[in-house]
Amino acid sequence: MAMNQWKNFSKGFIRENPIFVLVLGMCPTLGVTSSAINGLGMGLATTFVLMMSNIVISLVKDVIPDKVRIPAFIVIIAAFVTVVQLIMQAYVPSLYKSLGLFIPLIVVNCIVLGRAEAFASKNNIVSSAIDGLGIGLGFSFALVLLGSIREILGSGKIFNLTLYSENYVTLLFVLAPGAFIVLGYLIALINRIKKNQEAKS
Amino acid sequence: MSYIIIIISAVLVNNIVLMQFLGICPFLGVSKRISTATGMAGAVAFVMVLATITTYLIQKFILDPLGLAYLQTIAFILVIAALVQLVEIILKKVSPALYQALGIFLPLITTNCAILGVAILTIQKDFNLMEGVVFAVSNAIGFGLALTIFAGIREHLDLQNIPKGLKGTPIALITAGILAMAFMGFSGLV
Repeated sequence: MAMNQWKNFSKGFIRENPIFVLVLGMCPTLGVTSSAINGLGMGLATTFVLMMSNIVISLVKDVIPDKVRIPAFIVIIAAFVTVVQLIMQAYVPSLYKSLGLFIPLIVVNCIVLGRAEAFASKNNIVSSAIDGLGIGLGFSFALVLLGSIREILGSGKIFNLTLYSENYVTLLFVLAPGAFIVLGYLIALINRIKKNQEAKS
Repeated sequence: MSYIIIIISAVLVNNIVLMQFLGICPFLGVSKRISTATGMAGAVAFVMVLATITTYLIQKFILDPLGLAYLQTIAFILVIAALVQLVEIILKKVSPALYQALGIFLPLITTNCAILGVAILTIQKDFNLMEGVVFAVSNAIGFGLALTIFAGIREHLDLQNIPKGLKGTPIALITAGILAMAFMGFSGLV
């Protein structure tokens, strides 16, 4: 049992990573990762929404008629997004400002609705909570990785710690094109690693 | 004059897909053929303008007077979902030909963040209704422009000899990156 839950939790990191493997939730992935700290903030906000909506949906799944299930899920998700918005506005206003539009847009992040439909509506509350947490942290991991690479190459910093002089940076990586290009090469790299593992086993 | 600035800025300078990263899912998903890309662009344009007008009216006449601005996210996404459903039903009855062309794209649009994004941006930028409509139309044009150019490039990519590891999503993303670089050339315009 414990082993199964561990597997359920850890699948989000590589095996079923929402960004690298399933290629879902691309908008916030590309939009907020100009620095590692933004990626982390976005990842944790999404993790909270994922976990809470998974819990609530697995609790009410038997009450909701099948036909209106998707709109009902969206309302539940939107409620938790509003909670996140209000909390972030109150306690981390600067982060809220730099993430901007992408916080309310968690509502239309396909990962959240995808987990609700594919997992929480079929499983019990404990598994759903663990699934939400695992996928959410996998998403955060991918965002921080992408954000770190872009921040190191684009502004010579990591979590605002200066690594090398700004005279040697390539600004392109912080701007829009850098997001697409870095993510493209990262996905290619992950595909390669997965293929090697499959060949071994 | 301000309308022209809104149009140029939304279509070219701050292109919704390539510069603001909204609507990436359909951008990567339905850009394999030019014909499906234009179909998707048409459906998005239609819903985007309708959704912006509706959400604007709801914000100004219901949420603001009642002091319910914090319900914006929930209200907007519900309105957009209902609107998409409504458009689907009406199109089916009124214009079967148009429904044939746009029908399969409509359900995908509810979770297209470009629609919700433009609706929220219109409120955030404090536009009036007319400016909001112009803003929505130009963003729709920008979306269509990026999508069609990208689909054209991808049709050619299919025929090229691409390194095995980059096939599929990676090469699509790198191509999008280069396209975004080209659009950066417009950045001095406004």
